[in-house]
Amino acid sequence: MEDGPPPAVDMAAPVLPASFERWFAGRGWLPRAHQLRLLELALEGRSSLLIAPTGGGKTLAGFLPSLVELTVRAAVRPRPKISPGLHTLYISPLKALAVDVARNLEQPIMEMDLQISVETRTGDTPQSRRQRQLRDPPDILMTTPEQLALLISQPNADRLFGDLKSIVLDELHALAPSKRGALLSLGLARLMRLAPRARRIGLSATVADPDALRGFLMPQPEAPAGALSELVYGEAGVVPDVSVLASDERLPWSGHSARYAMGDIYNAIAANALSLVFVNTRSQAEMIFQSLWAMNELSLPIALHHGSLDVGQRRKVEAAMADGKLKAVVCTSTLDLGIDWGDVDLVINVGAPKGASRLLQRIGRANHRLDEPSRALLVPANRFEVLECRAAQEAARALKQDSQPPMVHKLDVLAQHILGMACAGPFDAGDLYEEIRSAYAYAGLEREDFLKALDFVATGGYALRNYERYAKLKITPAGQYRLAHPRFAQQYRMNVGTIVEAPKLKVRLVKKRTARSAPLGRGGRYLGEIEEGFIDQLVPGDTFVFAGHILRFEGLNETEAYVTHAKAEEPRIPAYMGGKFPLSTYLAERVRELLGDQTGWANLPSQVRDWLSVQRFKSVIPSPDRMLIETFPRGRKHYLVCYPFEGRLAHQTLGMLLTRRLERFGARPMGFVASEYALAVWGLRDLSLMIETGRLALPELFDEDMLGDDLEAWLAESSLMKRTFRNCAVISGLIERRHPGREKTGRQMTVSSDLIYDVLREHESDHILLRAAWDDAASGLLDIARLGELLKRIEGHIIHRSLEAVSPLAVPVMLEIGREPVYGEASEELLREAADDLIEEAMRLV
Amino acid sequence: MSERTTETALAGTANAPAIRLCGASVVPDVSGVLYLPSHETLIVADLHFEKGSAFAARGVHLPPYDTRSTLVRLRQVISAYAPARVVALGDSFHDDGAGARIADDDARAVRAATAGLDWVWITGNHDPNPPAALGGRVCDELDLEPFLLRHIPRSAPATGEIAGHLHPVATVASRGRRLRRRCFVCDGTRMILPAFGAYTGGLNVNTQPFADVFGGAGFTAWMLGRDRVYPVSSRRLTGTV
Repeated sequence: MEDGPPPAVDMAAPVLPASFERWFAGRGWLPRAHQLRLLELALEGRSSLLIAPTGGGKTLAGFLPSLVELTVRAAVRPRPKISPGLHTLYISPLKALAVDVARNLEQPIMEMDLQISVETRTGDTPQSRRQRQLRDPPDILMTTPEQLALLISQPNADRLFGDLKSIVLDELHALAPSKRGALLSLGLARLMRLAPRARRIGLSATVADPDALRGFLMPQPEAPAGALSELVYGEAGVVPDVSVLASDERLPWSGHSARYAMGDIYNAIAANALSLVFVNTRSQAEMIFQSLWAMNELSLPIALHHGSLDVGQRRKVEAAMADGKLKAVVCTSTLDLGIDWGDVDLVINVGAPKGASRLLQRIGRANHRLDEPSRALLVPANRFEVLECRAAQEAARALKQDSQPPMVHKLDVLAQHILGMACAGPFDAGDLYEEIRSAYAYAGLEREDFLKALDFVATGGYALRNYERYAKLKITPAGQYRLAHPRFAQQYRMNVGTIVEAPKLKVRLVKKRTARSAPLGRGGRYLGEIEEGFIDQLVPGDTFVFAGHILRFEGLNETEAYVTHAKAEEPRIPAYMGGKFPLSTYLAERVRELLGDQTGWANLPSQVRDWLSVQRFKSVIPSPDRMLIETFPRGRKHYLVCYPFEGRLAHQTLGMLLTRRLERFGARPMGFVASEYALAVWGLRDLSLMIETGRLALPELFDEDMLGDDLEAWLAESSLMKRTFRNCAVISGLIERRHPGREKTGRQMTVSSDLIYDVLREHESDHILLRAAWDDAASGLLDIARLGELLKRIEGHIIHRSLEAVSPLAVPVMLEIGREPVYGEASEELLREAADDLIEEAMRLV
Repeated sequence: MSERTTETALAGTANAPAIRLCGASVVPDVSGVLYLPSHETLIVADLHFEKGSAFAARGVHLPPYDTRSTLVRLRQVISAYAPARVVALGDSFHDDGAGARIADDDARAVRAATAGLDWVWITGNHDPNPPAALGGRVCDELDLEPFLLRHIPRSAPATGEIAGHLHPVATVASRGRRLRRRCFVCDGTRMILPAFGAYTGGLNVNTQPFADVFGGAGFTAWMLGRDRVYPVSSRRLTGTV
């Protein structure tokens, strides 16, 4: 972490007009040093990154220069009839945040009686107002990266942005490490051409590498890319007060429910005015909400908030929070960002925090008085998570950051942007390349890759056979690229953006059927949306928890799932896709150190200490630079358990590849299960014996070369890879989310991306879309890059123990077998079983 | 891919249990074609040649290799069974413009396939007029006692009918995992074939069109596995997607 020195500011500098001074004084405030410093730099026309904790007056700092400039301008010449054009563009990752900030900005404008117009533009803005905003823009426009992409694809974008003076990017730390950040970066590059003198102000929480975000704000020179904006720090917050729950209950060996701690969590909620209970997945949120209500003898007002709930329901919870009517909200990362809903006293993080920066961000939600420490309680769900919580606690105390760097060179996003630029007007390929290369996220992009993306947009970019006659872009006599037909602009506008969601179904609560044969009541209350893939596994009568209710699945029509109230003891819990964050490399390293540092065990809860001591006695405690592999028999199977601590995603990929290799070694592997910390593989042959007799060489089994042919072979059929490819195909525009004239849902998608993937892989394996998918897979669902680092790290550093029986350290991952679905691909085994049922049925005599 | 298909095609004849259809034996191949030993006839449904270029013409540039990909697999399975007759069960071409769009080398490959045996194009809703220049003969239905081959299955009892059109897929789920595969659907009196084309999607057999055909009674989905075909009772199937 960079703890910047308080910037020296000449407080006498008369940057702040008298009316503003009075306003601050009237509220009993003093302008903060970072607000004045940012103002000074901005008025000089310089771009800056402001890093400050939540509650530090960050947003006001970002707008102060605009308010001052607009006030001065109004004083010189009153607002003319014809709008002087947009002055400030504000971009936030959330629609709701843009609306919220606009509302907050109204206050100083009203109180100082400034003649400044502020408007928002989001997906919800009516068409008539959008049109009017283009003709007669407000002084300040608040919007999102997707809306910016749409604005710059307008043929008259130059007029709209010609007078732009300031661009404010909020929550930049959250946007930059995503494809939305890459899209934003490209948008900034275009804005630089439309309004070269507009300054950029980035607002960010503390990050691991501020220079990346400083670079993000600046047009990058050809070489070496490395232009940086100014950097301003807000007052550093007080070091947070973080504790790890020390429960008297028995600590579970595995699982993520933290059920054992519900009493402790309930007591903490009762003892504080308002608590946020953060969890990592929506299913956890549902489960914890249920458990808290089941023990809610004091009738505490506790609410639930997550992204699948009906928007109206969420807004109600947010309003109740802001009004101080709630004691606690159980929520997922939907409340991670930005908006202040109320005075939060305590953040309770259930389960391991997975990353130091994520935890600090969440703790920041309880940070409303800068001079007081925010308070957080970490609740480990199992024994390994105690170690992870400890590591995160130390990281928070030291204000360590492990935030992700910006995403760069995403080719699918590039393709989308190129089409957008063609919608704005004909372009010269060389000029557009130069512009794109000046974007931070595309600095250093090879010209050849740009041309491939351009070719892809124009005709699909296929080597062996082309679609020249069906081209979307055509070349004019002057050598420029232009849109071949206006309908492609409409196509672009309907498909802009980089967020690809799994197809979802609406969930409606209907009345119970009066008789079995009676038809289901239609209509019913709308509860929210669930992934189609989950609903599809249900048969009528199955129960699950959603929106805080235990529900019974009754049936479905095209886009809606019908449910009724149920009283089930053991409901199935929705298994939503996504929502599970991988353990950060930084915390993983710290966990390995904590484990290896046996003198430090004294600080651990006694249950954990005992667990590790028995492990030391029965097997060995690996030092941080080594990876332990244990092999042992159990039942009629033989197990291999290893402890890389590299997160579930990388472990899953490793499991997939190890089973392939074990198969080749003749070990007859049967399956595997991966946890955040360990991987267990089992098979029919005696693995210990195979290793002792030299028939199985561990260094060879874990050799880096598994990332060659084995990976290649697996990728051909991996459903995770196909999902990754689908995202790229949608973002790049190969598959449309919506087509002019008809609303498509995933259900009606005409050609499945899986089929396209198969054909493309077979005939053109170096196509740009496959490269884009591969690049995503390296860091995304397959985490191949991290697996590569692991294999490198453990080369020559493997220790192996042949054991008589399961070791204490192996218990948690072994317990996941059967509880967690065995990860990897659904196999032919499933078909065989289904077919066997038929045979059994046929052979039955009655 | 190519070698495997050849091997499995042969394995299919040996391994997969033959289906009894109207008292005769028919062989469902793991590639999705049906072989009628009694007539030395191979049946393939819904090839949808040139579906890719049909999309491309609308500005959706799908990889232009679907016809080629479909043809390669088809020719492999033909050479494995060496039938006297091949029947393409309709919707062999994605639309009437397919014949004009098909690339020269793909057209040559189709002509090579249709030469030297009795090749029948049954008409479908997508291709009421299959291109004339690619060889083979055209008819609306084909009577191969006791079977009747047509594109669209009747929604009334139709003993002996072998049809395509619906692109059946089936899903089985267990322990949180789910597998979705193309399949043959058969109730002992009639059968629907899976779609063979590289870009043909699927319709789950748990939907109304299949209920219309089988009268809501049970059937067996012969699901295409990697190496063989697995018969699964309709009661065992889950999902509608």
